Amino acid sequence: MRTAPAYPRTRYWRHNLLFIGGLLCVWCLVTFIPAYFALELSQYFIFGWPFSFGMAAFGAPLIFLLIVGLYAWRMASLDKSARRNAKEDD
Amino acid sequence: MVLALLELMGLARHWIGYAFLLVTVALYAGIGIMCRTSDPVEYYVAGRRVPAVFNGMATAADWMSVASFIGVAGTLYLTGYNGLAYILGWTGGYVLVALFLAPYLRKFGRYTIPDFLGARFGGNWPRMLGVLCAVLCSFTYLVAQIYGVGIITTRMTGISFELGIFIALGGVLVCSFLGGMRAVTWTQVGQYIILLIAYLVPVVWLAVKQTGEPVPQVAASSVLQQVTERERELSVDAGELSVRALWQLRSEMMQARVSGLPETHETEAQKLRLQLLRARANDAPMSEVRNLERELTAYPKSIEVARMVWSKARDDYAVRATAPQPHATPFASRAFETTDAVRNNFLAIVLCLMMGTAGLPHILMRSFTTPSVDAARKSVFWSLLFILLLYLMAPALAILVKFEIYSDLVGTRFADLPSWVHAWSAVDRSLLNILDLNQDGIVQLAEIQMGADVVVLAGPEIGGLPYVVSGLVAAGALAAALSTADGLLLTLSSALSHDTLFRVMSPKMGAGRRVLLSKILLLIVAFAAAWAATRTPADILFLVGAAFSFAAATFFPVLVMGIFWKGANKWGACCGMLAGLGITFIYMVQAQPWLRHWVLGVSTSEPIKLWWDIQPIAAGVFGAPVAFAVIVLVSLMTRRPNLVTDALVDDLRRPD
Repeated sequence: MRTAPAYPRTRYWRHNLLFIGGLLCVWCLVTFIPAYFALELSQYFIFGWPFSFGMAAFGAPLIFLLIVGLYAWRMASLDKSARRNAKEDD
Repeated sequence: MVLALLELMGLARHWIGYAFLLVTVALYAGIGIMCRTSDPVEYYVAGRRVPAVFNGMATAADWMSVASFIGVAGTLYLTGYNGLAYILGWTGGYVLVALFLAPYLRKFGRYTIPDFLGARFGGNWPRMLGVLCAVLCSFTYLVAQIYGVGIITTRMTGISFELGIFIALGGVLVCSFLGGMRAVTWTQVGQYIILLIAYLVPVVWLAVKQTGEPVPQVAASSVLQQVTERERELSVDAGELSVRALWQLRSEMMQARVSGLPETHETEAQKLRLQLLRARANDAPMSEVRNLERELTAYPKSIEVARMVWSKARDDYAVRATAPQPHATPFASRAFETTDAVRNNFLAIVLCLMMGTAGLPHILMRSFTTPSVDAARKSVFWSLLFILLLYLMAPALAILVKFEIYSDLVGTRFADLPSWVHAWSAVDRSLLNILDLNQDGIVQLAEIQMGADVVVLAGPEIGGLPYVVSGLVAAGALAAALSTADGLLLTLSSALSHDTLFRVMSPKMGAGRRVLLSKILLLIVAFAAAWAATRTPADILFLVGAAFSFAAATFFPVLVMGIFWKGANKWGACCGMLAGLGITFIYMVQAQPWLRHWVLGVSTSEPIKLWWDIQPIAAGVFGAPVAFAVIVLVSLMTRRPNLVTDALVDDLRRPD
């Protein structure tokens, strides 16, 4: 078994965890805050929709898409730089 | 196009239905024959070379079941804001899939989810429990899909329910039987395109017709204000008030009957018989005699049944006696629940569906078919994008159809009801039923009873489109059901053949025999599910919900812990899955009246006790945290996993 240098690998994983944690917070915020306070937020409007309705129907799903996309493309570039690092180490 | 011309030439409705049914099923079978294979990598994971975009499309088709295609817009129509829990839950779950599961499962790179459990936790126990849970989730879900297929084919063509199921199943089987994952993937891409077009055409048409604005969401936002305005008018309209008072009266009558049991069971039957005799003697109109006869044959046979039927009727009538709820107001309820109860349920359903989405094996399996970890992550993005193309239309469609009903149907005279009303009430009374309760000859909103399925299935006709578009919609719904059924069948057969027979029972089996065995099991599972579906399960929505709850309480916790916590061991995983499964099942049994009746023999009219007002459909919210906690506790109490497992987890976490 090849002994890969420990340092970049743990850094890669820690970076990944941090990123996951951050995105998860956004996910949580977008889902549960508008839903929990839906009654209070209904009086505001967003693009012609009552805020809570528009948020649950269109806003939150689109933000979910953004989260997934951000993660995929960010991790792709992180993977690429990790591969480059590994090559340099070899 | 050809069909549209034929319709103009006077082709009968059910021939259009036949054409759509046969053409689409033949198309799916054709792809199956073209992609036939007996290589295990091709058969189980499509050779691991489906590009991310197409894999996303196939996942979207895999994912969108009849419940998504027909149910979501219908539920939104009926419950307004509260129905958005399904949209939130079913899209938010993909965030969990992308962040926690898909890339690591692809990195692990074998064939099935139980495979992963077996390798990560070691031994046959976790693998077999994984098989058990996979079978449980997928089979419940599969029965619901096949049932949906049966409903659609009967409505489209008028053939019998059972025959419809078996014709459609034939198409699915040729496809998944011959070609396995590879054929299924490409069929699903085709099915996705069909179901998307079928959904978009009526929505965009309605939007343009009502507002001249082609973007449905923009159109719906302006229509929503008119709908809200109309709701306000209707809640104080004199005709509506009189109808509601009559419903209230009926509800009180039913209450009197229920509280008068057991004597009323006999007296009411006598009253009915007397009425029938009198009607016959007085030469009453045929329809009245017919109605009385029907009522008498349907009369509850025993006191127990009478109590059940009458209490349900009482509650239904009481709901119909209430004013319509404003569509966009959160947590409004016509069933006399408090706002807090509705809110708790909303949040619970959202969470349960999210975790369930991230735990359903047939969705997770799709991450094995991509060429790389990177593609697995991007594939989740594409899946969600393709799913959103449809889901973002559903709230708009519900509002547009509502406007059509409120402004066109309500207030017309019974003499000139549009033809779709007759057509759909003839199909099934529970789908659409309009009766002139206060006998003023005008349709009131409180006199219309609509099933959720009508909104999508009859949407084109409600908006005045030709019947061909309805055929297209039905074909789309069929595509949605069949594509999901395909994916589920493959998951089931691979869990049984690959994980049970090959890995556990006879590990020396050759590749060719494994695939053959898998195909045989596929047939058996398909027929078992078809048989179960013809037994008419109680409640489709509940079946789907149960599948999600089980997935949320078993696979999601154990997979996440397996990847993110090195300390999780074999016993933790086993106990966690069992505990999650147990709690979920126990809650369902004690909170779902018919299930409780079936398992424990308690009468369905006994009151049920809910935990924090949460409906049994979201039982997974109790199961999942318990499963997480048990995994941690048991893992800490037993021996740490060995170094091989450590190395495996490290490898999962390493960049590709």
